[in-house]
Amino acid sequence: MLTAPSLSYALLAPILIVLAGAVAGVLVEAFVSMVHRTAIQLTLSIGTLLLSLQQLWRIRDQSSTTAAVNSVTIDKAGIFLQATVILLALVAVLLIADLDNFVALASALPGSNEEQSSLREKSKQTEIFPLFLFAVAGMMLFPVATDLITLFVALEVFSLPLYLLAGLSRRRRLLSQESALKYFLLGAYASAFFLFGAAFLYGYAGTISLAGISAAAGGANDIFLLIGIIFVSVGLLFKISAVPFHSWTPDVYQGAPTPVTAFMAACTKVAAFGAILRIFYVGFAESQTIWRPIITAVAIITMLFGSLVAIAQRDVKRMLAYSSIAHAGFLLSGVVALNKDGLAASLFYLFAYGFATLGAFGIIALIRDSSGEVSDLNRWVGLGKKSPLIAATFSFLLLSFAGIPLTSGFVGKFAIFSAAYESGNIALVVVGVLASAIAAFFYIRVIIMMFFTDPVNDSVSVIIPSIKSRVSIIISAVISITLGIAPSLLLTTADNFANFIK
Amino acid sequence: MSLLTIVGLLPLIIAGIISVLPSKNNELIKRIAFAGSVIVALASLFLAIGFDKSNTSLQFVQSNAWIPTFNINYAVGLDGISLVLILLSTILVPIVLLATWHESDGGRWSSKAFYILILVLETMMIGVFAATDLFLFYVFFEAMLIPIYFLIGGYGSGNKSAAAVKFLLYSLFGGLLMLASIIGIYVISGNQIGATFDLTQLATLKIDNRTENLLFLGFFIAFAIKAPLWPFHTWLPDAAKAATPGTSVLLLGVLDKVGTYGMIRFCIQLFPDASKTFTPIIITLAVVSIIYGAFMAIGQKDIKGLIAFTSISHFGFITMGIFAMTSQGMSGANLYMVNHGFSTAALFLIAGWMIKRRRSSTISDFGGLQRVTPVMAWTFFIAGMSSLALPGLSSFVSEFLVLVGTFTRYPIAAVIGTIGIVLAALYILIPVQKMLHGPIAASNEKLTDLSLREKLAISPVILIIILMGFYPKPVLDLINPTSEKVVVNAGYTDPVAKVVK
Repeated sequence: MLTAPSLSYALLAPILIVLAGAVAGVLVEAFVSMVHRTAIQLTLSIGTLLLSLQQLWRIRDQSSTTAAVNSVTIDKAGIFLQATVILLALVAVLLIADLDNFVALASALPGSNEEQSSLREKSKQTEIFPLFLFAVAGMMLFPVATDLITLFVALEVFSLPLYLLAGLSRRRRLLSQESALKYFLLGAYASAFFLFGAAFLYGYAGTISLAGISAAAGGANDIFLLIGIIFVSVGLLFKISAVPFHSWTPDVYQGAPTPVTAFMAACTKVAAFGAILRIFYVGFAESQTIWRPIITAVAIITMLFGSLVAIAQRDVKRMLAYSSIAHAGFLLSGVVALNKDGLAASLFYLFAYGFATLGAFGIIALIRDSSGEVSDLNRWVGLGKKSPLIAATFSFLLLSFAGIPLTSGFVGKFAIFSAAYESGNIALVVVGVLASAIAAFFYIRVIIMMFFTDPVNDSVSVIIPSIKSRVSIIISAVISITLGIAPSLLLTTADNFANFIK
Repeated sequence: MSLLTIVGLLPLIIAGIISVLPSKNNELIKRIAFAGSVIVALASLFLAIGFDKSNTSLQFVQSNAWIPTFNINYAVGLDGISLVLILLSTILVPIVLLATWHESDGGRWSSKAFYILILVLETMMIGVFAATDLFLFYVFFEAMLIPIYFLIGGYGSGNKSAAAVKFLLYSLFGGLLMLASIIGIYVISGNQIGATFDLTQLATLKIDNRTENLLFLGFFIAFAIKAPLWPFHTWLPDAAKAATPGTSVLLLGVLDKVGTYGMIRFCIQLFPDASKTFTPIIITLAVVSIIYGAFMAIGQKDIKGLIAFTSISHFGFITMGIFAMTSQGMSGANLYMVNHGFSTAALFLIAGWMIKRRRSSTISDFGGLQRVTPVMAWTFFIAGMSSLALPGLSSFVSEFLVLVGTFTRYPIAAVIGTIGIVLAALYILIPVQKMLHGPIAASNEKLTDLSLREKLAISPVILIIILMGFYPKPVLDLINPTSEKVVVNAGYTDPVAKVVK
C-alpha cells in the first residue's frame, strides 16, 4: 500500500518554478519558429528566475525539515544560497543571451559543410536556455537536499546540462568539445565516488539522511564512517575543484564558451559549497575529528597549488581557473571553521566571489580580434590605452580577487579567515595570507600588461558590448564595489541567515 | 563631523572636481590641484592651532559605525605624533605639486590622472595617520599602495614598471602578514573583551607570550618593509630611482613614515612585552641599516640612488630611537621623521631639477654647478648639510636626541650609530664636491638656474629646515607628551633625567 508523500509546495515552489520554466523552454523549442525563439527564451528564463526569486522572498522566514518528506530541508542558509544562485543566474543569463559565443548548430561536425551552412543561415542553438534553467534548478536543490540520494540527483541535474553547455563554443570547437568530454568523464568518476561513499555511509548509519548519519556517529565500526566521508568528499571536492581533484578546471574553463564558464564558475561554486557546508555542518559535525585534519590539509594544498600554478599561466581563462581553485581553498577554510561565523563568512564570500567572477568573465568575452575571443594574455598588452574603462573595471575585479581592501574580496577574505582563526586553525590563516600574497603577483601582472605595456600590432581590441552584457558587467562591478565599501548590509543578512536546521 | 575628517576628505573632493574637468585643459587642472592642496594645508594648520598640547589623550575624535558585524568603526583621532605627521603630509603635497609642475606631462597617462592619484593618495596619507581603528588603518595602509603604484609605473622613468611591481609585491606581502596578525588580535579581543578594533581597548588585552610574539612579528615585518629596515629594504632604491622626484618625495618623505609610525603606534602599544623581547634584534637591525645604508650611499653613482640609501641609513636612526624606549629617543625619532621628510624633499626636488636640466642622473656628469646655477647649488648644499645633521639645521636636533636616548640604554649601539654620522659626512660631501664644485663639467655650462616657481617651491622647505634647526620647540612641544606617554605605557622609565627643554 503506497501512501502519497506530503509535500509543502510553497517551500519547494522556488525550485519547481525554475523546473517548470525549463520544461516550458523545451516546449518553446518544439513549437515556436526559429525567428522568435531567442527573445521568447530569454524572456522566459528571466521571468522564471524573477518569479522564483519572488517566491523565495515570500518564504524567507519559514523553515521545515520535511519540505519533501525528509529529503529537503528549507532553512535560512538554504534560502540564502538559493537566492544567491538565482541572483547570479539572472546576471549570467544576460551574458549567455549573447548567442554569438555559441555554436550555430551543435550537431554539425567541426569544419563540415553542415557547419558552414548553419553559420550562413545564422541559426542559433536556443536550447541553451532550457539547459541553463535545468542546471539552475539542480543548483537550487543541491544546497537544500538532506539525504544522500537527493544530493546525488541534484548533483546530476545540474551537472549534465553543464557538460553539454561546455561543449557549445562557437570558436575553437574541438577544444570546447574535448573539454566537455573531459568534464563529463571526470564528473562521472566523481559521481561514482560519491555514490560509493554514500553506500558506505548507509551501511554505517542504516539511513541516508544527514541527520541520521549525524545521530549514528560515534558508534562502532568507525572505519566505514571514515570511508564514507572520504568518498563522499571526493565527489564534492571534485565539483568545487579542490586539489587534487581540480585537473578538469583549467581545461573546461578555457574550452567552454565564456558565458558558460562565467555561469559555471559562479553558480556551481555556490551550489557545491552550499551542499558541502550543509553536509559537513549538519551531517558530519559530530565526526569532525575524523575529517577536519583531512579537509584542512586539502584546503592548504588547494590554496597554495592554485596560487602557485596560476603564476605560470599565459591564458587569462586558465589563470582565472587556477585562481578559482585557490579561492576554493579559501572557502574550505570556512568549512573547516565549523562555527556560525564560518558559515556566515562563507555565505558572504560566495555571493561576493560569484559576482566578481561573472563580471570578470563577462569582460573576457568582450576582448576579441578578427577571428574571435582572445584569452592569450600576451595579446592583452596595452588594453588600458585602448579601452581604459573596461581595463580599469577588469583591474578592479582582479584586485577584488586578490583581496585588496575596499573590494568585496577583501571583506570576504577577512571574514572567512577570522572565522578560521576563531576555530583555532591558525595554520590555515597563515597559509591563506601567504597564498594571497603569491596570488597578488599574477593578478597584478595582468594589470601591468594592460596598463604599463604599449599596445603592439596584433594586440586585441574590445568589441562594443551588447546592452545585455553591458548590464551584467555593470551590475557585477557595482556589487563588487558596494560590497567593498559598505558590506554591512549583506554581512548582517548573511549573519542572520547563517543557520542550518537539522 | 570632526575637523580631522573634513581635512581628510578635502583632497578627495578636489580629486572629484578634477575628474569632471576636460583632460585637455592641463594648466587649469594643475592650478586647481595646487590651490586645493594649499587649502588642505591651511585647513590642517587649524588642526595644529586647535590642538591642546597639554592633553595627551586623542583629540578631534570621531567615530561612526562602518561594518557593525565586525564592530569596525570609522574612528579617527589625533595625538601629537599623528598630528605632526599629518602636517608633514599636507605641507609637502602643495610643495611637491608646485615644484614638479611639468612632471606629469611626459607620463603614460594624462596630467589629470596624475593629479587625481596624488590627491587620492593625500586623503589616504591623512587617513592612515588619523585612524584609531585597527581595521581602518589597515584599509588605508593597503589601499594607499594602489595610487603610488600607478604613480611610479605610469609617470616614472627607467625600469619603472618592474620597480612599481617590486614595491607593490613587497608591501602587499608585508601587509598580508599584518592581516593575519590583525585577525589574530581581533579574535583574541573577541574572547576577552568582546570583538573590537579600537586601539585603546586592544592595548588592554592579555595575550600569552608565544602568541604575542607571533602577532608582533606580523606587524613588525610589515612596518620594517615599509620603513624600510635592512634586510627588507631592497625595493626602495629601485622605486626611488624609477619614480618621478615628486613621487619619491611622497614615497620616502611620508609613506615610509607609516612604517616607523606603525612601530610606535601598533608594535609597541599593542605588544609591549613582545617589543621588549625583540628589542635587541631590532636595535641590531637598525644599526646595520645605519651603517649599511651609509656605505651603499657612498658607493652610489646615481643621485637618486644616493638619496634612497641615505634614507635607509636615516630610517635606521629612527628605528633605533623608537626601540631605545627612552623618552628622548622616542621624541628624537618622531622629530626625525618630520625632519627627514623635509630634508629628503629638498634633496629629491633639487636633484630632480638638476637631472631634468642635465638629462642625466649620474653624479659624475655634474660639476661646477656652484658657478653656473648658484641658487640651485646653494639650496642643494643646505639640504645636504641638513641630511648629514649639521648643527643648526633641523636633522641635527633629532639625530642628537636619538643618540642620547639610545646611549642611556644601549651605549654600544649608540656608539656604532655615531659612526653613521661620520659616514654621512662622506656620502654627502663627496657628491657635493663633485657636483657643485670643481671645474665646470662639459655640457654643464648652459644649465639654467631655478625659475621663480621653483624658488617659491623650495624656499619654504629650506626655511623649515633652518627654523627647525634653531628652534624645534613648537614641534617638540607637540611630540614630547605623546612620546613620553608611549614609553611609559610600554612599561619603561627613563634611565636618566629628562632632557631639558
